Amino acid sequence: MRFLPFIFANLFRKKIRTVLTVGSFAVALFLFGLLFVVRGAFTGGVDIAGADRLVTINRTSIIQPLPLSYRDRLLKIRGVKQVTFANWFGGVYQDERNFFPQFAVDTDTMRQMFPEFRIADDQWQAFVADREGAFVGESTAKRFGWKIGDRIPIRGTFIPGVWEFNIRGIYHGTRPADDTTQFWFHWKYFDERKPFGKGFVGWYTIRIDNPDRAVEIVKAIDQEFVNSPWETKTDTEKAFAASWVKQFGNIQFLILTIGGVVFFTLLLVTGNTMAIAVRERIGELAVLKAIGYSDGFVLRLVLAESLMVAAVGGALGMSLAKLFTLAGDPTRGLLPFFYLPASAIAAGIVTALAVGIVAGMLPAISAMRLRVVDALRRV
Amino acid sequence: MVRVDGNGNSSLICVRGLDKKYQRGSEEIHVLQGLNLDVEKGEFVAFMGPSGSGKTTLLNLLGGVDVPTRGRITVAGDEITHMSGSKLTNWRARHVGFVFQVFNLIPVLTAYQNVELPLLLTKLSKAERRKHVGTALAVVDLSDRVDHYPRQLSGGQEQRVAIARAIVSDPTFLLCDEPTGDLDRKSADQIMTLIERLVEEYGKTVLMVTHDPLVAKRAHTTLHLEKGALVEAATKEVGAS
Ligand SMILES: Nc1ncnc2c1ncn2[C@@H]1O[C@H](COP(=O)(O)OP(=O)(O)OP(=O)(O)O)[C@@H](O)[C@H]1O
Ligand SMILES: [Mg+2]
Repeated sequence: MRFLPFIFANLFRKKIRTVLTVGSFAVALFLFGLLFVVRGAFTGGVDIAGADRLVTINRTSIIQPLPLSYRDRLLKIRGVKQVTFANWFGGVYQDERNFFPQFAVDTDTMRQMFPEFRIADDQWQAFVADREGAFVGESTAKRFGWKIGDRIPIRGTFIPGVWEFNIRGIYHGTRPADDTTQFWFHWKYFDERKPFGKGFVGWYTIRIDNPDRAVEIVKAIDQEFVNSPWETKTDTEKAFAASWVKQFGNIQFLILTIGGVVFFTLLLVTGNTMAIAVRERIGELAVLKAIGYSDGFVLRLVLAESLMVAAVGGALGMSLAKLFTLAGDPTRGLLPFFYLPASAIAAGIVTALAVGIVAGMLPAISAMRLRVVDALRRV
Repeated sequence: MVRVDGNGNSSLICVRGLDKKYQRGSEEIHVLQGLNLDVEKGEFVAFMGPSGSGKTTLLNLLGGVDVPTRGRITVAGDEITHMSGSKLTNWRARHVGFVFQVFNLIPVLTAYQNVELPLLLTKLSKAERRKHVGTALAVVDLSDRVDHYPRQLSGGQEQRVAIARAIVSDPTFLLCDEPTGDLDRKSADQIMTLIERLVEEYGKTVLMVTHDPLVAKRAHTTLHLEKGALVEAATKEVGAS
């Protein structure tokens, strides 16, 4: 502790150099933070998927529907506790670019199925009572500046017509990664008004009584509808989210590669800087040793300097990344999970410190090995 | 008393049969050859000799920053020639005050912080350290330059700060390698007056290398390094006890 002023004094020796090195860390960590956010945007659904929920879709593809009559048959299968269903609407608000997910939902069952959404009771009742009512997630509401009571026209893309809805409530997530971009309205209204495909749903979401039995129940469900005109494909919510992620290719690998290159570059830059910092004060280090400072102390001194740069730069970069995410999703709602979790910030800082240690290690060791007599002779 | 014949005893610094060889390529340089030296407490010794005669080598060995090829050095009863690296480091912190010709001060630390450096290795509290540093800077007459950085000081003042750092932990003896080598006559005189005062008033033991006969004259004893051994050149009658 008493050497802290000394470490700082050393850092301020070449201010520009220190600022540049700290800056390199900040930039690298900012990028790291953003990569993490992007990764989360694609994989966030996997992490937060309910462990006790299954999704059943048409075996052919998610676009093909399933009959509503499956609901009662599903409820009879052993292990199935609750069933809800929904359709995708696929409309746009004002403009094609204003994309966000709209679902026709079953107002009787949907709320119990997704307890992760925070919904005010009075708003929900108002929603249920209004045939043309809609419930919207807070980020979409914020994006378009919608308030409760607003009448919102949504133009269908494959379903004809402009549909007008009354915003009756705004829901929030309970976790930062919860998707608050959705827009819900009454399935019954949807089914009555659409010109085709009546009595069919897009997919079923099923709650089971025991997540450990998921595999069995999945099999039982698909067995139930085998050889029917609408065979089903059932999987856990997590598996669905994961297969959705796979459509985008190996994002994890891409991000790891970019991140790896960035950190390797950072390592070289910092290592070089620390090597110069040590070389230009060989004489001073020798004097320190002569007056009784140990080799180990000199090693720690150099490492501390490197770590300090890493810590400050890393913290700066992660703070910038956090601020950036707080400012909101720049794609304006395309990424449902746009969020930098505390664990990512911690991982970033730890990585920065690791780079600091590795980069400082070689120069620190050469400083440690430095012999006083040789150093003082090198005038 | 200062002796170079190897017959002294009970002295503060006792050197016997000191050999130092350097290997430069295939060539072997035998710098010190069976050197003997006895120095008692409170002595002020100057080493002289042509460039390359081994003065710095000798000082480095006495200060425990280099190891001899053969022979032994005992300081206040401790034989330092067989100490391990870390033990030797601790020994240096307690017993040796170094003043070099150049490279003395850490440029990013103030005069105060430079002088405080040796004390950071001790258990002294902040208040105690402040007291010691204050005293040391007062002795070298730089109480008004406490917060100055080395670049804001003259060469002579820098060297005085270095001396303050060398005495602040009250070491057993001071080793000065050409402390006036980089200074003008007037600053050199001031430094020598200061070192003399350390010896006369504070009873310090000082071993100093110099090229300057006028500087050497201030010492009690001047020893010449010739063919790897010491020869007595002059001894003043004053001071030595
Ligand atoms: N590490 C080393 N490797 C090889 N030779 C060395 C080494 N250190 C010193 N020498 C040689 O040992 C001899 C004595 O060097 P030293 O520095 O002790 O002389 P000096 O008396 O202090 O000279 P100067 O008055 O120039 O400072 C010189 O010939 C020098 O070249
Ligand atoms: Mg020399």
